[in-house]
Amino acid sequence: MCSHLRSIERRGLGAGRLGWIGVCALAAAGLAGCHRGPMAGEPAEQPDQLGVIDTAITPGVGHSLVSDDPRARQYYDNPEAVTQGARLFKQYNCNGCHSSGGGGMGLDLMDGSWMYGSRLTQIHQTLVEGRPNGMPAWGGKIPDQQLWQLAAYVRSLSLPQTLAADTDDTPGQMPAPVPAAADEDAGWSPPADTTNTYGTTLEGPAYEGPAASDTSKHPPPNSEGAPQPTPKGARAHHP
Amino acid sequence: MRPTLLAPLAFAPAALAATLAVAQTIPEATPQSEVFPMEQVGHALAAPTPQAGRTAPSPQNAPPDDGQWTMPAKNYAQTRYSELTEITPQNVATLTPQFTFSLGVDKGEEAAPIVADNTMYVVTAWPNYVYALDLTQPGAPMKWRFFPNPSPASKGIACCDVVNRGGSVDHGKYIFNTLDGQTIALDVKTGRALWRAQLGNISVGETMTMAPLVADGKVYVGNSGGEMGVRGWFAALDESSGKLLWRAWATGPDKDVLIGADFHPFYASDRGKDLGVSSWPPQAWMIGGGNMWGWANYDAELGQIIHGTGNPGPWNQEQRPGDNKWTTGIFARDPNTGAAHWYYQYSPHDEHDYDGINEQLLLDMPFDGQMRKVLIHIDRNGYIYVIDRHTGQVLSADAYGPVNSIEGVDLKTGRPTMNPAKLTKVGATVRNICPTASGAKDWNPASFSPRTGWLYIGHENMCMDWQDVNVNYIAGTPYVGAVVHMKPGPGGNRGEMTAWDPVARKPVWADKEQFPIWSSSVVTASDLLFYGTMDGWFKAVNARTGELLWRFKVDSGIISQPISYRGPDGHQYIAVLSGVGGWSGAVVSGPVDPRDGTAALGMVAAMSDLPKYTTPGGTLYVFALAQH
Repeated sequence: MCSHLRSIERRGLGAGRLGWIGVCALAAAGLAGCHRGPMAGEPAEQPDQLGVIDTAITPGVGHSLVSDDPRARQYYDNPEAVTQGARLFKQYNCNGCHSSGGGGMGLDLMDGSWMYGSRLTQIHQTLVEGRPNGMPAWGGKIPDQQLWQLAAYVRSLSLPQTLAADTDDTPGQMPAPVPAAADEDAGWSPPADTTNTYGTTLEGPAYEGPAASDTSKHPPPNSEGAPQPTPKGARAHHP
Repeated sequence: MRPTLLAPLAFAPAALAATLAVAQTIPEATPQSEVFPMEQVGHALAAPTPQAGRTAPSPQNAPPDDGQWTMPAKNYAQTRYSELTEITPQNVATLTPQFTFSLGVDKGEEAAPIVADNTMYVVTAWPNYVYALDLTQPGAPMKWRFFPNPSPASKGIACCDVVNRGGSVDHGKYIFNTLDGQTIALDVKTGRALWRAQLGNISVGETMTMAPLVADGKVYVGNSGGEMGVRGWFAALDESSGKLLWRAWATGPDKDVLIGADFHPFYASDRGKDLGVSSWPPQAWMIGGGNMWGWANYDAELGQIIHGTGNPGPWNQEQRPGDNKWTTGIFARDPNTGAAHWYYQYSPHDEHDYDGINEQLLLDMPFDGQMRKVLIHIDRNGYIYVIDRHTGQVLSADAYGPVNSIEGVDLKTGRPTMNPAKLTKVGATVRNICPTASGAKDWNPASFSPRTGWLYIGHENMCMDWQDVNVNYIAGTPYVGAVVHMKPGPGGNRGEMTAWDPVARKPVWADKEQFPIWSSSVVTASDLLFYGTMDGWFKAVNARTGELLWRFKVDSGIISQPISYRGPDGHQYIAVLSGVGGWSGAVVSGPVDPRDGTAALGMVAAMSDLPKYTTPGGTLYVFALAQH
């Protein structure tokens, strides 16, 4: 329902973004899929309980929202959660595969592309269950609260606020809290077209030509049997 | 301050999906003043005596060229030398592609095509497809293909792309490894598996990427996983059945390492009981690495197997005080029992990820007035070692790339003299360490021409900043403990092809390359040297001078092993795989973001501009003179 309204909004038929959230919250009152729906009190943390299986791994645009795990709520807009998550990210060797978010053995976590869903419940589920291309299953091995903190940090890595805070080539050092609004739209939307001309932002060090031959400091000895050097590109007869 | 500049970050939220939308400049080159002059750090037991004879492999280790190419390194001596002479410096300009073949995989392709009985065999990166192509037919149609279906989860535990370094044909079998730890023998006629041996366990992070060495009725293989706390091993299988004959561990008690009464290491520091335990903190050897993922030699002349050992784990050296035997060294063993004969350690207590698994070339070489049976090993640590194959004694050790972490090798003790300023530590970043973690050269082997007597070393020119961090061992996850940022070495060119005279102990010529050279080379009897570059040029240069004679732009960067063979029509062909990737190319082929300099174990810092020059691919190219 929310994504349907979102598509209306995109066509200019709906309200602005804040207005849309309000509409969504009203229209979806009581549906867990919209985070602003009324909740019946804060659920207790259940460290020993594995993540609830969330089936919202449906690619494509316009699919319906799914139930959300109420435990996720406290990890939105929560600076402590991402700070702790950043610490745990190193402690549990997440950085071994995902580096500082840019990936390596594991996937890139800062590109805003989500194979298994971007919402905290979905990231938490990925952490709990593991994924078939090498992501281990951490459910039952890492306390559940920490898995949620890790999920918040992972989600934060691609936030514009987090990326904007980077000061060198080690990203994710000042993670921004995950706004609940970031996950309002559970659907997938195509990324904007991008072009990288490489013209201005990517420059190597000073380097002279692709095939410079440095023979000056070690002139070749005129060894026995050496053929005469051939002019570059010279054609010659077939033997 | 780091000289790194960050491009202004400007984006709309929707643009975040584009990994390449924002990128940064690569770091400035390491100053020349940071590295030692080669002459200062090189040492030898005697002055050069070139008049004592010509350097060449023995016929047992390098038999006359039959025009085939049945193992990645061409022969047991691993010279990668082709005796074919049809393609010459005079006519190479007419070299033309004869056919190409898409590998169906666009990860880093590091393998050598194999040619036997007019059939070409190629194995790809994960999922390790094997293709057999009929060279007798126009266009080389497929005879069969074999899909081994390795576990997808193995992709997630391979440290440095999902590469495979090739297979070999022997006794009617094509034998190769899979990323998920299998060694497989295929019937070359049918493509059916004759046997499969499951040797690695991906649940602890163990993979296999090396090319099996097939010799003496045995298949010699080793494991990968030095960045995952995987204990290294090297094993021999029966070639006819795949049955495990022996397995030598790289760490632990002598009985595990197959050290016994026959073990006579040359240097005192390698003598003693159970050094593979006592040179580690308690239990640390169990997760200490030493993996053999590179090149082993069968020395047919002396009847021994020679292989290196990889880096100790974790990279954070503070977590493993001691020499960390038997990592970052080299063993000679009995092929039948695996019993160790001798050992030498290039980098005791390695602090910089200087694996010892690079290639050995088995040669007879003049030294101190007589011909000596030596191996030449071009190590990650920046030194080229000439070692007596009988004893393990180091005859000379010279820098071939930029070095400052090691001030030279003490030839009395065999130990490197470490530069205290470049030792790594927790809590501080040590800057401008040369060479970088991937080495002055990584796995990609050199070639050797008996005509020139020179080695052709395609290598890196890179340095790094390094900070140790404490890391927990969690089975199946990385066990690294270091934050690394790589950067270009002095001069700014990140790669170089060096012709090296091992007798005179100095370079003869050097061709600079913009990117690290991650391919091997093949040198021919007409003094042509072929190699590929990461930005996708396949080149032929004059092996005497380094002069560029021909080049061809392929679809993706080259990090593989070119070969030379005689086709069914009697003509000479040159074959190579394109397909950029590997550790150095992960920023193109892997799930890696150019904005994170620490990604791919710090390689991205130095390679974030590679996506400008090449894209993922994977194609076999076969060249010959235009006339046919």
